[in-house]
Amino acid sequence: MPSRASLQKWLNKEGSAYGFLSVYALMFFIFIVVPVLAAFLLSFTFFDTIQLPRFIGLRNYITLITQDDTFMKYVLPNTIQFAVIVGPGGYALAFLLAWMLAQLPKIPRTLFALILYSPSMTSGVAMAVVWKTLFSGDQTGYLNSFLMNLGIVQEPVQWLQSPEYLMTIMIVVTLWSSMGIGFLAMLAGILEINPELYEAAALDGMSSRWQEIFYITIPSMKPQMLFGAVMAIVGTFQAGAIGVTLSGSNPTPQYAGQLIVNHIEDYGFLRYEMGYAAAVSVVLLLMVLFFTRLSNRLFVSEE
Amino acid sequence: MKRNWFHRFSGVRNRGINPQGFHVSQLKFYLLLLPLAAFMLLPILFIFSSAFKPPDELFAYPPRFFVVNPTLKNFTDLFSKMSSSGVPVSRYLFNSIVITLVAVAASILVSSTAAYALSKKRFKLKQTLFAVNTVALMFVPIAVTIPRFLVIQRLGLLDTFSVHILPGLAMPVGLFLLKQFMDSVPNEVIEAAQIDGASDLQIYWRIILPMIRPAIATIAILAFQAAWNNAETSTLYINAESLKTFAFYLGTLTTTASGANAVAGQGIAAAAALIMFLPNLIIFIFLQSQVMSTMSHSGLK
Repeated sequence: MPSRASLQKWLNKEGSAYGFLSVYALMFFIFIVVPVLAAFLLSFTFFDTIQLPRFIGLRNYITLITQDDTFMKYVLPNTIQFAVIVGPGGYALAFLLAWMLAQLPKIPRTLFALILYSPSMTSGVAMAVVWKTLFSGDQTGYLNSFLMNLGIVQEPVQWLQSPEYLMTIMIVVTLWSSMGIGFLAMLAGILEINPELYEAAALDGMSSRWQEIFYITIPSMKPQMLFGAVMAIVGTFQAGAIGVTLSGSNPTPQYAGQLIVNHIEDYGFLRYEMGYAAAVSVVLLLMVLFFTRLSNRLFVSEE
Repeated sequence: MKRNWFHRFSGVRNRGINPQGFHVSQLKFYLLLLPLAAFMLLPILFIFSSAFKPPDELFAYPPRFFVVNPTLKNFTDLFSKMSSSGVPVSRYLFNSIVITLVAVAASILVSSTAAYALSKKRFKLKQTLFAVNTVALMFVPIAVTIPRFLVIQRLGLLDTFSVHILPGLAMPVGLFLLKQFMDSVPNEVIEAAQIDGASDLQIYWRIILPMIRPAIATIAILAFQAAWNNAETSTLYINAESLKTFAFYLGTLTTTASGANAVAGQGIAAAAALIMFLPNLIIFIFLQSQVMSTMSHSGLK
């Protein structure tokens, strides 16, 4: 039990710091920490929102691995395919674009950056209008009309309703809007690198731009590369609702665009199996954690 | 001086990173970037174009990308419309504006005070708390929609105005960027103010805030996008139609547009989509140089 005097001393010394932090910390705790903990705890229960949660141990996870055919057959492969292309693909694209932009003078660079960044400002609901018109399934759809004019397809294609095209369109649309804050951070990072490093390398006989990228640019901006990677990972998994937005139904046609996020919603809000949905959430959070760890390995700064 | 002279006449500074002017070596980048930028711009141009299309152009066959006879009819139609439950469209827009303004102001205040403590104050848990926030950068809100719903239900926040604001207030990226930027404010400035007898609040308000304007602009943009584009809160946590947002209303337009109501809905939906997008764009254009200077402090070590 600390004495009153020492408490007073602590308050004088550290009290105001905690005061400044308090509101943020409270909100952080209520809306981030508690939901994550709750997901973790609920994942060991059976919970249908009517009765109290009942502890069932690892059964949700066992069901997920052994009995959930939809998950193993569609959701997991879809999620991996989507995440691998949109995550590392989008990230590499963002870096290359940022690198190219950095080679241009300020005014064209700013213009291009604005154009590339602006898709990430659009919201899912607003763009649904656009995608539904562009990819409309009858001959008045822009893509159909364009391809029919060129003679590539004879009949209008049901782009958003056909299992074989939905995933491709989801990936293209997500890549389109993925030049976000991570892209800007990498652009700023490239521009911050001391130009003398390049001059020194040129004097040492480094001649190719690729060498320059791998031996100077990336190592000099590892912190920004890591920030960009985390943003890319989060963005990829956060974009999971796109299939349902595009096709207009959950589950998506023949589960073609079903991602793990849709699976959570399917079980949580459509079937009210909250415990099971929580187990899927935990799997999703672990996936994010795993990929972040991986990029940490790649880009951790040697300090 | 000598270096400047060398750069100006050798043309070295126009090649490589951050050039001052044009150089032939940049041509290849323009050749790659121009078509790509045009391609990425298409869907955005499409929003502008369809918002001003009269009905016969919206459903013309073959479809035409650009508007020929622009009209404001879609916008007047939009605002004379009521939702199916009798709430006028202007109400959704009003809700969105108020919610966004409050959310932006509150986010700036909450994140910048916390960033001040984490950057400039000395206390035991400082490193730990910042590390926790950095881990939370990888938080994917969509993954915990269900437990979040349960928390919000328990707190009695369903169907309230504050449920639009509170869950988004703790924004780990925002705190992270603010704190990193604040680290570049020299400690001497603060020490000098302390010697002059300034309190913590005065230092925060009079010294720190004016010096971190670029970072604040960035947080403002992030908070704006999150609040303005948010349709989910209205879907999940709000039953009362008069408390829902414009983004939500736009969502209902597109779900009906795929069904029976396609003909009437599309022009209105396009106009609404433009109203959703424009503020994002305008704010970013005004603040982009501040955002870029914040981003150079964004490194994750």
